Amino acid sequence: MADYKALEDLVVQVRRDILRQVHKVNSGHPGGSLGCTEFFVALYNELMERNEKFTMDGIGEDLFFLSNGHISPVFYSVLARAGYFPVEELNTFRLLNSRLQGHPTTHEGLPGIRIASGSLGQGISVSIGAALAKKLNKDKHIIYTLCGDGELQEGQNWEAIMYAAGNNVDNLIVTVDLNGQQIDGSTNNVLPMGNVKAKFEAFGWDVMDIENGNDLKAIVAGMKKAKEKTGNGKPICVLLHTVMGNGVDFMMHTHDWHGKAPNDEQLENALAQNPVTLGDY
Amino acid sequence: MKKYTDTGKKDTRSGFGDGLTELGKKNKDVVALCADLTGSLKMDEFKENNPERFFQIGIAEANMIGIAAGLTIGGKIPFTGTFANFSTGRVYDQIRQSVAYSGKNVKICASHAGITLGEDGATHQILEDLGLMKMLPGMTVINTCDYNQTKAATIAIAEYEGPVYLRFGRPKVANFTPANQNFQIGKAVQLQEGTDVTIIATGHLVWEALQAAETLNAHGVTADVINIHTIKPLDDEAILKSVKKTGCVVTAEEHNFLGGLGESVARLLSTHHPAPQEFIATQDTFGESGTPEQLMDKYGLNASAIVSAVQKVIARK
Repeated sequence: MADYKALEDLVVQVRRDILRQVHKVNSGHPGGSLGCTEFFVALYNELMERNEKFTMDGIGEDLFFLSNGHISPVFYSVLARAGYFPVEELNTFRLLNSRLQGHPTTHEGLPGIRIASGSLGQGISVSIGAALAKKLNKDKHIIYTLCGDGELQEGQNWEAIMYAAGNNVDNLIVTVDLNGQQIDGSTNNVLPMGNVKAKFEAFGWDVMDIENGNDLKAIVAGMKKAKEKTGNGKPICVLLHTVMGNGVDFMMHTHDWHGKAPNDEQLENALAQNPVTLGDY
Repeated sequence: MKKYTDTGKKDTRSGFGDGLTELGKKNKDVVALCADLTGSLKMDEFKENNPERFFQIGIAEANMIGIAAGLTIGGKIPFTGTFANFSTGRVYDQIRQSVAYSGKNVKICASHAGITLGEDGATHQILEDLGLMKMLPGMTVINTCDYNQTKAATIAIAEYEGPVYLRFGRPKVANFTPANQNFQIGKAVQLQEGTDVTIIATGHLVWEALQAAETLNAHGVTADVINIHTIKPLDDEAILKSVKKTGCVVTAEEHNFLGGLGESVARLLSTHHPAPQEFIATQDTFGESGTPEQLMDKYGLNASAIVSAVQKVIARK
């Protein structure tokens, strides 16, 4: 049984990390990061089977790929607090000579990152490749992927979605962050995507919803159910219904904070809503 | 001068296919991906011998590049196969982010490069791919000249750790380099020794350069003929050594003069040893339908064009 008090504490601390990272350099993407904080915390601390030491090949462990690389602040915070690199390094986010580039990359050798992402729509393809490598290596572990909903507008995704179903890539769980927002506005206004669930199902995926994608218990229960579905000939899609900017009242239910940092006053307000739990970096 | 014999015309893509077949037998980490052109890329035998290591991706090149990048995570050595146009321009951002910037050990193998693709016309005749690929940091760029060299290069790049673009062609051309040669990435091959001019050629133009050298020799002009199969990293030392001796250079390639081998050589010479240079290449133009021979002639990519360029460049010394 998961220690939900500890996970909740970590969620609040990760929110603080996200806000402080983007505030310091007055750039970055807090909205989507906050919306996926519970998912990342659950994934790395409750769901994935991970080796202690990071290796690029990740043999004998579950792997995670972030397709929508712009939510790097939450990725970096959760990786650091899971022990992949020193938490103090969050201080270097987006600074010159940092391993914590604006978008995640392998180029600077940051442990925990296995592919560069940022240019959207490539993560599912890469994840399929890693899933096929697992099968060739007779490694029973799972590939987890997160992509944004707006990101599904990129055509490459649908090549990958078609391939995975057509080739029974059933050791793959793709989670879609369904927050309904993108830079220019709501996804329905920018480019209506219709019924995402029906689309994945029509392509042959096993699709399930996590209706409250900002609730740790719902995420853990839902993702465990998704894991049980693996190995049955179909790739799994989890539609994670989240609220962009979750945990900071003035950042919620709007696309305004997609790629904007809070000013000093806004930071103070946001941090007051999320008091220190584990200690700031 | 050295004598080179065409041991029988063969297509360079068959060199790739046969090299891949050999790799399939000796390296269990090698996997192959193809975007609905298995026959054209001569990947059938690898597929037949290693069905579990062959991935038919369908007409979805962007997905193919991404899957290849992912397969390296787990220790595989993916070889992707499609036409050069669909291997580069169509998937540039996928190669840039998921392969080159991510430092993945993917071998992008591209057939039907250049104008000798022939009758299909300009939509398929990419003349910009070398430029696109050589601009990517960390990308090794290879353009082989005949069947034997392509086979050797295919085998050699599996041993090299890092992203590689391997370019070859469609038509049957002279096969004149040694079978079972030791292919060294980044190492120029000196084919003829001379003192009047350096001819630096890559791909299908290497055989044409040898023919040109013979013609020139009959007129008392001796040429260093250098086969540059690796455009990046360029063998600076071999090129500079030769041009310091001859004082002028003709570069020859089946590619636009913008972005190709000629520009790489010009950059090297302008910074180390300025010398007159002429470019045998397409002149910032698209191709068109025709037979490979007709097109090489129309676009000035053959032995007689090289001879004219040599006469011109020597006069500029």
